[in-house]
Amino acid sequence: MLTFLASVGAAFFAFLAATGRLVRFALLGLGAGLRPPFYPRLILRQIVAIGYYSLPVVGLTAIFTGMVLALQSYTGFARFNAESAVATVVVLSVTRELGPVIAGLMVAGRVGAAMAAEIGTMRVTDQIDALTTLSTDPFRYLVLPRLLAGLVTLPLLVVVADVIGVFGGYVVGTMKLGFNAASYLTQTETYLERMDVISGLVKAGVFGFIVALMGCYHGYHSRGGAEGVGNATTHAVVSASILILLSNYLLTTAFFGGK
Amino acid sequence: MSDGAIPKIAVRGLEKSFGPKRVLDGLDIECRHGESLVIIGGSGTGKSVLVKCILGLLHPEAGSIRIDGVETIGMPRGERTRLMHKFGMLFQGSALFDSLLVWENVAFGLIQGRGMERAKAREIALTKLAAVGLGAEVGELRPAELSGGMQKRVALARAIAAEPEIIFFDEPTTGLDPIMADVINDLIIKCVRELGATAVSITHDMVSARKIADRIAMLYRGKIIWQGPAGEVDSSGNPFVDQFVHGHAEGPIQMEVRAL
Repeated sequence: MLTFLASVGAAFFAFLAATGRLVRFALLGLGAGLRPPFYPRLILRQIVAIGYYSLPVVGLTAIFTGMVLALQSYTGFARFNAESAVATVVVLSVTRELGPVIAGLMVAGRVGAAMAAEIGTMRVTDQIDALTTLSTDPFRYLVLPRLLAGLVTLPLLVVVADVIGVFGGYVVGTMKLGFNAASYLTQTETYLERMDVISGLVKAGVFGFIVALMGCYHGYHSRGGAEGVGNATTHAVVSASILILLSNYLLTTAFFGGK
Repeated sequence: MSDGAIPKIAVRGLEKSFGPKRVLDGLDIECRHGESLVIIGGSGTGKSVLVKCILGLLHPEAGSIRIDGVETIGMPRGERTRLMHKFGMLFQGSALFDSLLVWENVAFGLIQGRGMERAKAREIALTKLAAVGLGAEVGELRPAELSGGMQKRVALARAIAAEPEIIFFDEPTTGLDPIMADVINDLIIKCVRELGATAVSITHDMVSARKIADRIAMLYRGKIIWQGPAGEVDSSGNPFVDQFVHGHAEGPIQMEVRAL
């Protein structure tokens, strides 16, 4: 029994220590932005890497998600004659939940992994130490641009994902399920509130920050050559995905309180 | 400060452990201004750890590291950044930034570290590349397009680009053929002399050590067990040094080989 309690206690303290290290890393990364030099070109480069190059994967997942959502909600609502709610369900689901979550998970897989691999390779080949010896703060040069780019870019991607996802639902609704195009759009517009979109964009900002933070953190602390970089990449994607889903629940509770 | 009385680098009682393994165990060493000190020792004896502690890349548990008489352990971040301007470093694996062109690698410390204008930094980078025997056309290549020897030369050009007061060389000839190793040794001697810099090299290549060192020190089990002029390394009278410089398997140094 004592051994069990000791194991639980050790695991709890290890969790607290890991959380502390992560928070410290994030604060060091953000704190690096308080003093010059600043690297606007690096931030722009990361915005392009995260945003522009993720557009195809986010767009594709958004359109299929919107299409499936329309089909599934129609099947369910038809059972109690509420088919007219399909457009509303699609737009609310996409803007509040699916747009940011799907985009966050896709970007975690595509960008978070790439960040961890790039920074991890720089770590194991001494390039991060080389930055320091060349009077360049790795947090300012590597971490901060990625954190800021993640924070700013994912909301922009989610705007695109929202539009494409709703369009996917519209295509299925009007072409397959027989909805009138004008009434589908009216339904979409009538029940969509500003807060639905804003909450989705705030979530996207948080998810973008999480993806960049996990990519940078695991890459920065990778050890032991190719295997270490591989592990860092896996940990970056897995931890970002879990944190996205966890923070999604917390943010939804904060915004809507379960209403 | 170039006062001969104050060592350029003074390390006292340095201790550094990784978990239960004590790598540096109360290490003491000094390097005078303009001197070329080579630290020899087997793989895993802590040579790189010592250099990384001096550079501030690793934090020792105890001891003192003074540069020009100024204590650097616990130095505030801003002062540490300014101190870095005194240092140049050639890494074992070159550690070139593969996302940048060769000339951008050489000019990196000038542009990012010191805020120099790109055009001027490029000019200096090409001059430094020429100093290590590489043409301007190499400057437009990516590091991945270069051979190991050329990468070392670029790394050397990067290390001397900002004309540092102290240059560290981590295994500068490892992985190179004997001729290229000799070319690198000659370049190190030439660059260090032209800059009037203090050089600290770590290596287990005795040919390189004999050629570039004014003084050699041997690191074993976390301590400096012998040091003296480079010419005396073959007649040190120390059985550990004798075994190492002659590369004998038999002797007081026992390699830790785990049974299968």
